[in-house]
This record gives sequence, structure tokens and C-alpha cells, in this order.
Amino acid sequence: MNFILIAVIVLGTIGLTAAVVLYAASRKFAVYEDPRVAQVCELLPGANCGGCGFAGCGGMADALVKGTDAGSLDGLSCPVGGADVMGRVADLLGMAIANGEPKVAVVRCNGTCDNRPLIAEYAGLRTCAAMHACGAGETACGYGCLGCGDCVEACQFGAIRVNPETGIAEVDEEKCVACGACVKACPRSIIELRKKGPKGRRVYVSCVNKDKGTVSMKACKMSCIGCSKCEKVCPFGAITVGNNCSYIDPLKCRLCRKCVAVCPTKAIVAVNFPVPKPVEPKEKEEAIA
Amino acid sequence: MKIRTFRIGGIHPEENKLTHDVATQVAPLPQQAIFPLSQHIGAPAVPIVQKGDKVKVGTKIADAGGFVSAPIFSSVSGTVAKVDTAIDATGYRKPAIIINVEGDEWEPMIDCSDKLELLKDHPELTPEEIINRVKAAGITGMGGAGFPTFIKLTPPPTSKAECVIINAVECEPYITADYRLMMEHADEILVGLELLMKATKVNRGYIGIETNKPKAIELLTEKAASVFGGTEYSVEVVPLKQRYPQGGEKQLVDAVIQRQVPAPPAIPVNVGAIVQNVGTAYAVYEAVMKRKPLFERYTTVTGKRLQHPGNFLVRMGTPMKDLIEACGGMPEGDNKLLAGGPMMGKALTSDEVPVCKGTNSVTILSADDARRKEPQPCIRCAKCVGVCPMGLEPYLLAKLSEIKNWERAEREDITSCIECGSCQFTCPAHRPLLDHIRQGKTTVMGIIKNRNAKK
Repeated sequence: MNFILIAVIVLGTIGLTAAVVLYAASRKFAVYEDPRVAQVCELLPGANCGGCGFAGCGGMADALVKGTDAGSLDGLSCPVGGADVMGRVADLLGMAIANGEPKVAVVRCNGTCDNRPLIAEYAGLRTCAAMHACGAGETACGYGCLGCGDCVEACQFGAIRVNPETGIAEVDEEKCVACGACVKACPRSIIELRKKGPKGRRVYVSCVNKDKGTVSMKACKMSCIGCSKCEKVCPFGAITVGNNCSYIDPLKCRLCRKCVAVCPTKAIVAVNFPVPKPVEPKEKEEAIA
Repeated sequence: MKIRTFRIGGIHPEENKLTHDVATQVAPLPQQAIFPLSQHIGAPAVPIVQKGDKVKVGTKIADAGGFVSAPIFSSVSGTVAKVDTAIDATGYRKPAIIINVEGDEWEPMIDCSDKLELLKDHPELTPEEIINRVKAAGITGMGGAGFPTFIKLTPPPTSKAECVIINAVECEPYITADYRLMMEHADEILVGLELLMKATKVNRGYIGIETNKPKAIELLTEKAASVFGGTEYSVEVVPLKQRYPQGGEKQLVDAVIQRQVPAPPAIPVNVGAIVQNVGTAYAVYEAVMKRKPLFERYTTVTGKRLQHPGNFLVRMGTPMKDLIEACGGMPEGDNKLLAGGPMMGKALTSDEVPVCKGTNSVTILSADDARRKEPQPCIRCAKCVGVCPMGLEPYLLAKLSEIKNWERAEREDITSCIECGSCQFTCPAHRPLLDHIRQGKTTVMGIIKNRNAKK
């Protein structure tokens, strides 16, 4: 009986002391956290993709609350949740939100197996980064898609895949949230976040080859040869040619598609425009032909 | 005499020195010579010729593009066809000067005679003068890495050079260019070593040679005794046990003078050693004594299926396909073409790539020899740990790189990796260890560079 009593007293005393110490410590070292941060965090998608530019949704929520206190939410936007989520966050915080134009990841390479013949066999580690470090890769183009899927691995939303038929990466527009993870993962900077465009219609140069025309043509049939025809025909001054490669500014482009018609190598791609005959979206190149 | 070697790790791959006894031939002049502007570590050279300019053998065609850089000299006479891009050993198109070859007219300042010039006959050669001539001749490390030689000869004031070590190890399988050079130009190499010792103001020199080259050891020991006997210099030829990667600077310093170079950014001169390749010593002799800039080198063209593998004195800028042609042409079937040997060499996708300052070998492996085996799961045998000459844990570094744990990879000293490939060579599960580690090393070095830039 005595043992039990001693045990109860000892453990009880320890417990009591610990409780007092913990209570005092929690009071003394309490960190005030804005309750709104937790509420905002609740509304955010919770993918922690980093597409907003912060380390995760917690960081974004913190920034949103701080932005509210500073009086502006400019530049803060969740690419995953889009206007819907940002609207709800703005309601919660009692702020107006400036909505950014929706964007989508675009793979700028036409180097399918048909267009870009293999000249070598790569036996090393099959990641784009490793292959890029070894040289031009299995084709003669030192700029194009390597097809090992570093972008696929980086995508948290299953929105990008390497098409086994073409050997190049392609984006599922429905799933893409424009978080930009693939842009960072691509060692050749082929992927670009572009304005999604009305009804998803957009025109872009699907090539980043900076070699001279004769060289790039040899490597790939549908490469940009930097001939500047598109630059001359564009009525809106949206196209610039530098380093033997053309670039269409998505903000200036008015989707007239004159450049598409004039491009001798069909390197310029127009997607989601109504076409005379129905085609599979994966055969974008043929859609313009 | 005790045969020395480095302390930890190392492997012994099959030697395959097919061209060991093949005397050096002069390679045919190319029709068009290609000079990439980045043949060395550091800033690319800046072209000083234009399309249509006439050049002679030994004319400077590009100036050093910065402090860590080297000028480039034409190895042929003719007309500059264009300043354009060409595929180099990196596999990418890089800026290059392309020259159409016409005749073979040399710059008059170059002394083409065979007369052996000795340092004692040239009192005008002060250490500064030697270094200036080495710098002006565009000499870079001839072993492969291509670090500008004059920088190595002017060590930072915080360290003091005590000896010059000539790297005549040639531990890489297949390659015999350095061996042939030693057999054919031993006298010049010794004068080159004397010049290097004078330039760095030291009087101790070592020549490290692996024991698979007994004739070279004998020849150089004999000549060194007669040349340096009774002078202020003491030169020792050090026979080394065959072990790859003994030709790595840090391994060689360890093997020859038993000192260990600390982790980067430390370099061999921090422990008192200046390591120079035997080819560099020869190039220094030619540059200082014969006023001949660096535009020629010894290169082995080798491969088991090649009809006549051989050693060549090649004008730089010669496309590799010309050399392969001189050896009987590319063997039929699939081949792997390497700039360098099978361990450290760089696989190429084009035979148009020219021989550069660092091209010690053109190796052709058959597809059967070259193709990798299917990787299997790691069985934790730790063979890679045992063979790593830097005392690292390759399996761990590879895994950390794979899962992108860069902080941990940095703590595990990934930047100390010398990319010798011993781990991957020895792995019984055929895992692509070095591929992963190289990725990790590049990334971690980038992170460190960014961090230092911010400070």
C-alpha cells in the first residue's frame, strides 16, 4: 500500500511541476500567429508546388496576410487555384484582387522522331540533366527536347508527359496550372509559361535552336532557321528574331496567324484554332499544315 | 627500391596499350583545320583574324580572353575560311576559327632545327622570362584538363612551391602518347623539367612513371643522372605501381611525396608540389627554347578493331576523322568514339571534332565493349567505397544526388570527387554512380558559387 502511495505522490508531484513549468513557458515564449494565416492556408490548394514563388502554401498564406496589412495583394497569385481560390481568399481578407491572365506551359520543340533523326545512342543515366551535360544528346540538335522527362517528374499535377511516339514532352492544357516547375526542371529552357489565350488559342515558335539555318535544318526539319519572314509579315511588331531564332511576344500577338502561313519550316505553331477537319490535339504540327 | 603508389582506393583496368611499341608518325595535314576558341579551362580566347586573312604555321589567331585563358595559334598555313561555330568535344557547337590549308609555311621565328638547346647556354632565361614565354605560347595542361600552365607556375603568395612533379604516369588504358614522347624526346623533356624548376625557383624534381613502362623508367633515370648529376638540381625518377587514377594530380602527389592535398579549393601547391604533365614539359621546352607556340601534340589513335592503331604527331585542328582514316578507317558496325581514354574520355557524336590542346587520345570502342549493362539494385557491397581514391562514399553521393539532397551532398564532400569513374567501373550492380554524382557535383558547385557571390 505504501509503495502505491509513494508512486502516486512522486509521479503526481513531477506531473504537477512539469505542468506548471510548461504553462509558464508557453505563456512566456508564446508567438502570436495571425489566425487569418491558418484560415487562408485552409483555402489554398495545399499542393505546396511553389508556383506562386513561395516555398509552399504556408508561405503564400503568410505573404497574403502581410500583403493585406500593407494594403495590396499585387503580384500574389496562386496559379493552381486560379481566380476562384484567389477570389475566396480576397473575400476572407476583405481585399480586391487583381487577376493575372491565365497561363499554360508550352513545350517549344518540334523535334519528333520523324523531323529530327537520331545520330547516336546515349547509354548513360536517362535524365535530361545528365544527357544535357554529356553533349547534344541522341540527335544533332543541341537545343531541342531530350525526352527523358525531367519535366514529367517535376510536375505535381500529372499535366506533362513524354509522348512515346514523338519522343518529346507535351502538356495537358486541362491539367496544367502554370506553376512553372517544369520550366525550372528543363535543362534546355525549352518550356515557357505563355498566356493561355482566348479559348486556349495561341501562336508560338515551337523551336529554340540558335544555330544558323543550314545547321539547324540539317538537325531537324521543323526548326526555326531565323529567316525573319515572320518578323516582316507581323503587322503588330510582336515578333523578334535574334541569335538565328524567332520569338513571338505573347502580349503583343493578336493571333492573326500570318506568320504561321509564311514560315518555311512550319516551326511556328498555332493551337486550338478551328480547323477544317477534326484532328487529335497531339498532332499539333499537322493541324497547321 | 620500394614501388610507391597512392594510399587509398584505385583500380586496375585492363591496360590494352595496343600502340605501346608503335613509333610516332607525323599525321597528314588536314584540308581544313578547326580551332575551337575554348580549348582550355577559363575564358574562351578572342579571335584576332577575320575571314580571308592569310596565316602561317604558328601565327596567333586568337588572344587570351581573360586572366585564366590562353591564346591559340594556327597549326597550318592558309586562309581563314570563317569565324563560325563548330562541334567540339563538349558535343555542342561552340565558336571556332576555320582555316583552309594551303601549303605548309612556318613563321620564321620558329626554330625548326633538331639541335638540343640547353638551359646553361641561355643565361638570358630568367624565371620571369620563362613564364612569359610559356604564357605567350598558349601552353595549357596537356594531360586533358587544360588548365593554363603559366598560372600553375605562379603559385599564390600564401603557398610555397618545393618541387616539380612530372606526370608521366599514363594510367589510363589504351593511351601511349606520353610513353612514345618519353622514348623519343627524353632529352627535351628533361630540359623542359629544368625550365619548369627554374621558373618556379625550386631545385627538386620528380618524374612519376608507372612500372608498366620499364624502358621509359630506365631511359629517363639514366639521362637524368647524366644531365642533372653535379648540378644544383636533384631529379628523381619515381617508379609507381600500376593503379588508376594515379595520373590524377592529388593521387600523384600522394604517391610521389606522400603528402595529401586537402579538399577543394586547395590545390597541390598548397602542399608544395607543382604537377605538370610530361607533354607539358615538352611543350615548355619547345616554346621557350625553340620559340614554337603550342600547335602540335602527341595523340594516340587506338581501338581494338582499328586496322592500324598508332601514335601521331598531330597538328591541332585536325578533324578526328582524318586520323581515323590514317589508321585504316572507322571499323564497321556501331562504335563509340572517345576524345581521351575509356575511363576519363568524352564520348563524341561526331568525327568532325578536331584534335585540341588536351586531346591525348582518340579511342574507338566497339559497341559490345562500350554498351552498359542493365543497372541492378545496390547490394551495399561497398566496393565503390573501397576503390574511391578520394575516400568518399560513392553510393551515398549518388543516392543524395538522385533525391536532390544537396545540403547533405555538400556535407559529404561531393565537390572532392575527381570524376575518375572507379566506382562505376567496379560496381557489380552496374549502377550509374558517376552519372548521378557528376550531376550532384555540378549542382552543388553552382550552389556554393551563388552563395559566395552573395557574400
